[in-house]
This record gives sequence, structure tokens and C-alpha cells, in this order.
Amino acid sequence: MPDGALPVLEVQDLKTVFQTRGGEVHAVNDVSFSLKPGELLGVVGESGSGKSVTMMSLLGLLPSPPADVRGGSVQFDGKDLLHVSQEELRSVRGGKIGFVFQDPMTSLNPVYNVGFQIMEPLRKHMGMSKREAAARAQDLLELVGIPDAAQRLNDFPHQFSGGMRQRVMIAIALACDPQVLIADEPTTALDVTIQAQILELMKELRDKLGMAVIWITHDLGVIAGIADRVMVMYGGQVVEHAPVHELFANPQHPYTRALLTTIPKILGERAARLTIIEGQPPIMGAAPTSCPFRDRCDVAFDRCAVENPPRFDLGNGHDAACFYDARTGGPRDA
Amino acid sequence: MLDEGKKPLVSVKDLRMHFPIHAGLLRRRVGEVKAVDGVSFDVMEGETLGLVGESGCGKSTCGRAVLRLYDITSGSITIDNREIGPTPQTELREMRPTMQMVFQDPQASLNPRMTVEDIIKEPFDEHTTLNDAEKREKVAELMDAVGLNRKFAKRYPQAFSGGQRQRIGIARALALNPKFIVCDEPIAALDVSIQAQVVNLLEDLQQQFGLTYLFISHDLSMVRHIATRVAVMYLGKIVELAPREGLYADPLHPYTKALLSAVPEPDPSLARATQRVILKGDVPSPSNPPEGCNFCTRCPSVMDICKRVEPEYREVHPGRFTACHLYNDTNDTVG
Repeated sequence: MPDGALPVLEVQDLKTVFQTRGGEVHAVNDVSFSLKPGELLGVVGESGSGKSVTMMSLLGLLPSPPADVRGGSVQFDGKDLLHVSQEELRSVRGGKIGFVFQDPMTSLNPVYNVGFQIMEPLRKHMGMSKREAAARAQDLLELVGIPDAAQRLNDFPHQFSGGMRQRVMIAIALACDPQVLIADEPTTALDVTIQAQILELMKELRDKLGMAVIWITHDLGVIAGIADRVMVMYGGQVVEHAPVHELFANPQHPYTRALLTTIPKILGERAARLTIIEGQPPIMGAAPTSCPFRDRCDVAFDRCAVENPPRFDLGNGHDAACFYDARTGGPRDA
Repeated sequence: MLDEGKKPLVSVKDLRMHFPIHAGLLRRRVGEVKAVDGVSFDVMEGETLGLVGESGCGKSTCGRAVLRLYDITSGSITIDNREIGPTPQTELREMRPTMQMVFQDPQASLNPRMTVEDIIKEPFDEHTTLNDAEKREKVAELMDAVGLNRKFAKRYPQAFSGGQRQRIGIARALALNPKFIVCDEPIAALDVSIQAQVVNLLEDLQQQFGLTYLFISHDLSMVRHIATRVAVMYLGKIVELAPREGLYADPLHPYTKALLSAVPEPDPSLARATQRVILKGDVPSPSNPPEGCNFCTRCPSVMDICKRVEPEYREVHPGRFTACHLYNDTNDTVG
């Protein structure tokens, strides 16, 4: 990917709060990132870390109430998506920004055949005639590797297996030649051998079509194989962000380091005992005033309890939100 | 790790579990789902046998059938020197304390209207004559053993996180001093940082109480960590069974090879350098398995014979079982 190219998507200080009966939940806290054309950004985090909510906030997909996008900006295509009309937003979603959801079972409509569902965005967003749309739908099914595409257009979702359904979802997301594809845990519900097929397909499609991809997952293994850059989220904020090789070779945030040692490996040395991260992930009842990871952190010190660390730039496109400097083994001077 | 002198605690021979399919106006029996179709294995005393496979391969059904949670179609199951294959459910009841289960979904397997104390106490109510104070003391000990705070005994399951709920399920399984525990995907519903906590707990308890596990999982890297030996299932049959080191270093069956190569490795240089075996297509339906070898429709090394003759499941090297025609030659004296 060309360095210095203008980002297709630029998110600044995004904040999302849910109003619940038990009080507020600060799900996304000042998340910023940018996405360059053609690159694949991996977003990793555990459940509740805010990775899905971030992506849904920027596309206005969260119902309000309870969700309240409190601030920030999302620059896409010369506009701030947080301040455009619903109508304009609708033309972006499914058009220039495609979305693939986790569960291919529930995200396809069971009462329409897949041909109709692939043609829907083509007719709505691109104003195609029925015949044009049908031809394009067939091309798309072939593109995502579904055999007998022409016949299968008339089939209903239940006639496809899980992996095939996810291919259909990808075909729908790709229908209008998106500049950005957001994939939210697209392989989590699939078996490993089927996951391998989908990962291979995504890499191929990205190279062929040149769109930028945001890939949300909790699986560091998937990220290692597919991403160019990685953003690690915890407690609704970005705690570390780096090019993929750098992140795995040289993790700087204690959470990332712990996460990398806690997963057993299939190759190489087998650890006699797994390292564990004590405690539970936090529920953010208020905007963070301290580091959200400090209770589970093994290098936390006084400052972590009174101040939320900003993302320190470490050079080479690497940043980490931590007051502890792993390289000097002491507090960061800032 | 594998002592030669160890005896099998659980011995399963040719276990079959077929579920009938009824269709039509008269709900006539039109076929059957062969969820488990002729599975044989031993679980040695004190070991952990990992049972891996993709969804729908029959691994959970197999685990449940071994504990006779189903009335099995045919086969023999011996646990602790007692044959329980044909035993009626009422007689099995007295055997239940020796064999227990930890379920996948801690949300669904705990009654939301019972307190933690009641949940862990229930096995004592059913199977012992202890008085109330004794039971409460036992419950408190179990809560200590699995790392739950005794003070939370009067709380309800929803007050706990996923990892803690799984600990409640484990405490309940431990209550009656079982010898054998089937763990059916005990960590699949948990976050990565919590998975390691539960796996370490299971290992500690195994040491402490001398437990034998059948650990069912689709997570091959976690099974590599916890299991002594590993069995790989595909479409209702075991295709390979081997000691851990051998299976991961040198898998014999083409399906095991493909499965291992499909696991994403959390290391970008390795992940991009390794040449993956990508299987084509999907798993056939267990109600209509292919003729010959079950894997012949997707196998990269398929031969003519595979489409006609079902390969025999046999020991090809000491301790290594597989069902594949590739290892049927007479010159398999290597290794």
C-alpha cells in the first residue's frame, strides 16, 4: 500500500455512551484511527472491548436511545458521517462502505432468495435494472467462489452451508464496489477449515479489488495471517496500534503482551502451564480517569490510578497507551 | 507422561449413536443421522483424552453417549470395570457419581432460579445422606477448590461472569468425587483471557483429585496444551488417535493434516510463510455419508479404493491409530 496516501476513512475521538437502567456505559472512549486505501486494518479485543460498537457508531447503525454518539468526527468521502442526514448515510452504507456481520445465519433474510438480496443494493444504490442487477449478482457469486452461480441465485439462505452463507454476505457487501469493507468477526461462527477458505478468499479479493478492509476479531491468529496494521482495544479505547509484524515481535502494552502469551500455540514449544491474566475486563461506568487495565496489570504504578494514559508515539507507526516503558523497564517520561 | 502400566478407566468399543429422521404425514422413519458411527477408544486412568473435530462431527454426541445421557444404538462402554452400554437409566443412577460432565454453555446449564449453593448442593441431595450443615461445609470446600469466594454462596448465577459460572459448573461436577469427567467445550464460550484461567484450574484439579478427563473441543491449540492423547473425529468416526506430541508433529491422516494447517498461528511471519492445505467444499451430511471413506469427497490424497472400501481403523504404529488406506501397505514398517 502506498505510504502517505490520503486516508479513505479517518476517525477522530469517537465517543459512544449507552444509557441503561443501571446507568451509563461508556463503550467507546476517544477512539481515533485512519484507514488508507487498500490496506487491511485488524481490530482485536475481547467481548465488551468496544470493537464492534466503534464500527457501528461510525455508520450510525446503533439505535438511539439507548446509544448516544457523544462526539468525535468520521471523515469519509469529504464528509463527516456523524453530521450527515439519515438519507445520505443510507447511501453510504451498503454502497461505498460494505459490512459483513458475524453470524451469516441471522444476517440474511430467510424469506428472500439470495439473488434478491444481492440485487437489492445494486438496484437501490446503483440504479441498475433488474436484468443488469441479475447479471452482476451472478458475477459476484462467481467472484466469491460459489459454484453454479446462475442456479444458486434462486436458492434461499437455508439451502447454503455456513461457509457458503458467509460468501453470500461478502458478495452483498462487495456489490457496489465499496471503498471500505468492514468485517465484524466474519469467521468466528465458522469451523477452522471453512475459516481458512474465507481468509484465503478475502486476501484474494482485497488484492483484486483494492478496497480497504477493517477486520474485527478476537483471534490473534487470524490477525497474524491477514492484517497489515493492528489496533488492540481494551475498555473501549485503543491501547496499542502497530504494523502487524511489529506488534507481534515487539508488543509494548502489557495487555497485548499478556494476550500473546496466554494463547497456546500449535507449533513450537509447548508451555507446561498457561500464563493467565487475572481478573475480569472492566465495565466502563464512566469516562475513564485512570488506565482501564491497571487492576489486571503486572507493571502498574501510582500514575496509572490517577491518569488515563494517552497513546504515546513510539515511532514506525507504533503507539501504545501506557505509562510504563517496556524498553527502559521504568515509567515513561512524559 | 504416558506410563506403560496404566490401565484404561474408560473403554469404548464400536459405539454407535444414530438418531432417527421422521418425515411425512405419518411421521414414518425415513432415515437416520449417524452422529456417532462405530467409535472405539480407551481413556487411561489419570490422562486427558482430547476429542477434536469440527461442528457436526459428532464429538459432543460421543461425549454424551459415553456417559449414557442417551440410550445408545449399539456398542459397549466400560467405565471403572462396569459395562454400562445396555444398562437401563434407573440403574445408571447409582453409577452417576463416578462420571460427571462439564457443559459448554455455563449460562444454559445453571438454573437461574437456584443460588450457587443450591446448585452445587444438589448432587449431595440426590446421592448422599449428609445433613444440611455437612452439605453446606462441602459446598464451601468445593467453592474454595474452584476459586470462588465462599461469601457468594447465596448469589444467583446471573451475578457471575462467564468464567466464574464455568467454575460453578466445575464445582458441581466435582461434588461427588467423580473419577471421570467429560468436559464438553468448557471454554468455547469464554474470552481468551479467561480461557487460560479455566484450563489451568482444570489441570490443578486433575492433579489434586486424580481425575480422568475426556476433553471435547474444536480448539486444536488448547487441546495440544491440555491433552495427553488426542482423537480426531470426522463425520461420526475417529480418523486418528495418537499421543499429543506425535499427532501435532507428524499427523498421519490427511484430515488431521488439513485441520492442523487450517489453525491460524499467532505469528505473522509463520502465518504467511506456511503453505496451507485448504480443503475444498463442506462436510457431507451424516444422514447420507459417502460410500467408502467418509473423507473421500474432500481428501487431497484420495485414491480409487477410498471411494469403494471403508478404511479399517487400526494401530499403524505403536500407540498410533488411524483409519486411512494410505497406511494399508504392507511396507509400513518405518517408524
